[in-house]
Amino acid sequence: MTQSTCVIIGASHAGAHLAACLRQQKWAGRIIVIGDDDRLPYHRPPLSKALLAGKQSIDQLLIRPESFYQKQNIEFMLNRKVARINRTDKTLQLADGETLAYDKLALCTGARVRRLDICGAELKGVHYLRHYRDVENIKTNLDGQRNIVIVGGGYIGLETAASLRQLGHKVTVIEAAYRVLQRVTAPEVSTFFQRVHQEQGIQLVLDKQVAEFVAAKDDPTRSDRVLCTDGSLYPADLIIVGIGVRPNVELAEQAGLKTANGIWVNEFAQTEDPDIVAAGDCTNHPNALLNTRLRLESVPNAMEQAKSAAASICEQPIQYAAHPWFWSDQCDIKLQIAGFNNGYDEVVLRGDPGVGRSFVAWYLKQNKLIAADCINRPKEFMITKQLLAKQITPEKHLLSDESVDPKRFLEN
Amino acid sequence: MPLIKYIDHSGGEYEADVDVGKTVMDGAMDNMIDGILAECGGCCSCATCHVYVDEKFIPVTGTADGMEKEMLTAVNEPKDNSRLSCQIFVTEEMDGMTVRIPESQY
Ligand SMILES: Cc1cc2nc3c(=O)[nH]c(=O)nc-3n(C[C@H](O)[C@H](O)[C@H](O)COP(=O)(O)OP(=O)(O)OC[C@H]3O[C@@H](n4cnc5c(N)ncnc54)[C@H](O)[C@@H]3O)c2cc1C
Ligand code: FES
Repeated sequence: MTQSTCVIIGASHAGAHLAACLRQQKWAGRIIVIGDDDRLPYHRPPLSKALLAGKQSIDQLLIRPESFYQKQNIEFMLNRKVARINRTDKTLQLADGETLAYDKLALCTGARVRRLDICGAELKGVHYLRHYRDVENIKTNLDGQRNIVIVGGGYIGLETAASLRQLGHKVTVIEAAYRVLQRVTAPEVSTFFQRVHQEQGIQLVLDKQVAEFVAAKDDPTRSDRVLCTDGSLYPADLIIVGIGVRPNVELAEQAGLKTANGIWVNEFAQTEDPDIVAAGDCTNHPNALLNTRLRLESVPNAMEQAKSAAASICEQPIQYAAHPWFWSDQCDIKLQIAGFNNGYDEVVLRGDPGVGRSFVAWYLKQNKLIAADCINRPKEFMITKQLLAKQITPEKHLLSDESVDPKRFLEN
Repeated sequence: MPLIKYIDHSGGEYEADVDVGKTVMDGAMDNMIDGILAECGGCCSCATCHVYVDEKFIPVTGTADGMEKEMLTAVNEPKDNSRLSCQIFVTEEMDGMTVRIPESQY
């Protein structure tokens, strides 16, 4: 009998974990991971943090070492791109023309940066941040003190700003909304982060649209200024755009699989094709705990879902139903987020976001605890994860009372 | 290369040679030792790498402080010898050390 082959498209958090989980769940066939990056899967979160700040090198960021994959007999085809999936004869076509057969297929294609489609977008000096090469390119342009403009005040924009400021550069963040992190946090938390970034010496420009990356007078192939729609100009030796990502769904779409803001999967990470699963940033999936479908961009989601996907391939389904969580490191701040605050109607604070650098914003929806943003509050973060799992909502006056040990919320 | 022994919730033992400078968490990941999930990749954000360190080795590993200590106050079943394994950087002196992985991580 010939051996079954599972092919994984995408060599990052989801793909790497899926491959490991397949072996853990006793998949005996071949495992081939195809990725268009030239590195073994590496941790992406440190790209805007430790890697950019020069505290770690890319070799220290591998998710697992090469020896692990050799021992587990996991094969990689790096620097290769899949161009097409043929579901009828169960083959893949690579961009270089090679054809590859699969028995089981996992789509871990992730997301790519959303590009700003404005005048000057193609000029040199305009950068994005998703792959380690992006960081290397940025780093080759950091000699001396630079004027750096970051477009977008989301997590990645703010982390990038903090890391570059730590290196001593002059950093300006331009955000179109009237507050940073508008899509993801309560106003109190946005105001806090604005204060902190300003205290670090970062210039924040809110409620302003970028209109054009203006070409330099002495080199028309390079941009050296950012022009906003109100006519204001910001000098920039380097521009970094961080305005979100789009899921890579084209392969699935072209293969006739359902997509809608992500590849459509069920709670077992299965697509409608019994031989194809999908996991990570590229999926639109249901979460029974949240009672909704969603697409998430986080490592814990990629890992949990990859585990379910591997289980489905091994025909021992494990339901994916985890409470989302996330973290972000900026300056000396560790933000840990438990739960999903979508639809919240009330915010209860513990500690004062107006002074210092430590507080919690609990999010409630119809008097039920649904999430918490914990700023330098690891204990409350850990407790909130447990509260969500047990569906406990402490009384509001206790949530806000600093004299009450949060561990008490779990007692009764 | 120091040898670290990992014991799972049901007493199963796994040994791993871990490079000096890597963490006890890395040792588990690199050798597919179950029970250490390391969702945050070692940046002290997730506490899915909680272990109990062999008491004899605590003088060598040191104890938790700061962020790690705070996280450990709220893990399942904290003990005096609880550590986040991503914060223990392996040295030659740790050769032969045993760490136990809590049941809640399975
Ligand atoms: C700078 C930065 C900071 C972040 N910080 C955090 C954080 O603090 N916490 C957190 O939880 N998350 C963070 N994230 C998000 C996190 O990195 C993602 O959620 C995670 O990488 C998703 O993993 P994935 O495997 O689903 O997709 P991806 O990491 O996007 O990987 C998909 C891979 O598939 C490849 N691919 C796609 N199509 C093809 C094809 N046709 N052929 C071959 N290869 C293909 C892609 O090139 C890519 O390498 C951060 C992301 C970035 C960029
Ligand atoms: S790996 Fe996340 S805290 Fe240790």
